[in-house]
Amino acid sequence: MSKPLVSIQNLTAGYNGTPVLKNVNLDIHPKDFLGVIGPNGGGKTTLSKVLLGILNPFSGQVSFPSGRPNIGYLPQVSQIDHSFPVTVKEVILSGMARPKTWWKPLKKEHKEKADYLINKTGLSGLGNRPVGQLSGGQFQRALLARAIINEPQLLVLDEPDTFVDRSFEGELYTLLEELNKTMAIFLISHDIGTISSLVKTIACVNGTLHYHPSNVLTADVLKVYNCPIDLIAHGPVPHRVLKDHE
Amino acid sequence: MQNIISLFEYQFFQNALMAAILTSALAALVGTYIVSRKVVFISGGITHASFGGIGMAYFFGLNPFLGAVVFAIGASLGIEWISTKGKMREDSAIAILWSLGMALGIIFVFLTPGYTPNLMSFLFGSILSVGKADIVVLAVVLVVTSLFFIIFYRPVVDTAFDPEFARTRGIPVTFIRNSMAILVAVAIVLSIRVMGIILVLSIFTIPQNTALLFYGKFSGIIKGSVLFGISGSILGLIAASAFDIPGSAAIIFMLTLQFLISKGVALIQKR
Repeated sequence: MSKPLVSIQNLTAGYNGTPVLKNVNLDIHPKDFLGVIGPNGGGKTTLSKVLLGILNPFSGQVSFPSGRPNIGYLPQVSQIDHSFPVTVKEVILSGMARPKTWWKPLKKEHKEKADYLINKTGLSGLGNRPVGQLSGGQFQRALLARAIINEPQLLVLDEPDTFVDRSFEGELYTLLEELNKTMAIFLISHDIGTISSLVKTIACVNGTLHYHPSNVLTADVLKVYNCPIDLIAHGPVPHRVLKDHE
Repeated sequence: MQNIISLFEYQFFQNALMAAILTSALAALVGTYIVSRKVVFISGGITHASFGGIGMAYFFGLNPFLGAVVFAIGASLGIEWISTKGKMREDSAIAILWSLGMALGIIFVFLTPGYTPNLMSFLFGSILSVGKADIVVLAVVLVVTSLFFIIFYRPVVDTAFDPEFARTRGIPVTFIRNSMAILVAVAIVLSIRVMGIILVLSIFTIPQNTALLFYGKFSGIIKGSVLFGISGSILGLIAASAFDIPGSAAIIFMLTLQFLISKGVALIQKR
């Protein structure tokens, strides 16, 4: 197996001295597609912030065996000021910044790439709109484009489907599948039912982390993992999310 | 009309006009950041905290504006630190700094023996007494602030919009935010000369909100604020001289009038 992109060992992390996560171990490999589920307050977002380097852990290690990867990030939409005076295109282009070159002017090819992603995420014609005029779903898609414009090796998505309008849902899943061909995806959701056909493996995060090396979860497994989530079943059997083990 | 034209021949009026233009341009830049980040209340705290520095400088016989700058920068970085670390309720911390600064200021002014500075000019500004030296300082700070905005425009906007994301992209968020905190503090203190502590926030917020009616982009709001800020303050200054009323108050009146008229225009456009 290839070297992991990120390796987390014995991680304990939280806020103001109170740990939210304890003794978490996790490796993320290139082209993984990890679904991260768990109850609210269980530490899903905390784990993502440690991974992104914007929250320092209390103890434990986050290492990058093959060098620090370029990580794309889609935060929870509710955390961001929707009324800030900035256009869709400007938001997407802010994803182009890189360490050392963050202050350099943008090139024409960057702008063309932003235009390409505007179309790709179903925001055609909205490039010069202030984000305040977008719907929740459109704003979220602009933030998704911002996360992927720099072609990251790892894409961290914090509940990318909260506002997704029905019309774009299918396209979003196709897009994620396509992206997964070139990058690993760390996808947080509390409704894994709708997307678990996409993910390859699942991590249950509820204070600790239980890794499930498949995308099929049953109620029994969730019970063992102490991972109470909404079992919105999309399979024929109410106690099962998705299909049976083959 | 003849009276108004002859005003422009006086040196004091030319100085006042120059100061109004430079202050409005500076406030346009910095105010766009303040309004966009929704930190108007923080800026109020910084403004009032600076009075402590003015009082102390008088007591020790130093330049009052130097004292104000030191206090304002201290307050600005202090609030930035509190809000990042989250050790305290931010709005309460601001209110404490706000009133503590005013308290220190008044204590030291009272303790200063003999000469009592004109408190009213600090509280409400004294645009007609602006001298050449003030104008030079304003011009230098405006150039420095403009250069910072030109060079770091995108990182400033990106950091203000979503600091966590900016950090994941390797933008030095702490450097940008602290630099902006210092620029905000210096701009506010220099504007106190013209507008006074109590009225100064007007030029950092009213033109920006007028601009927000027409522009949806950070750079557009800067442009609009320069336009509305400068024209509003020139009109205010002329009105102040014509009717012999305080300059700062007249400027606020004109800026608000601009906002209300623009609001009306924007409403009609929407129909």
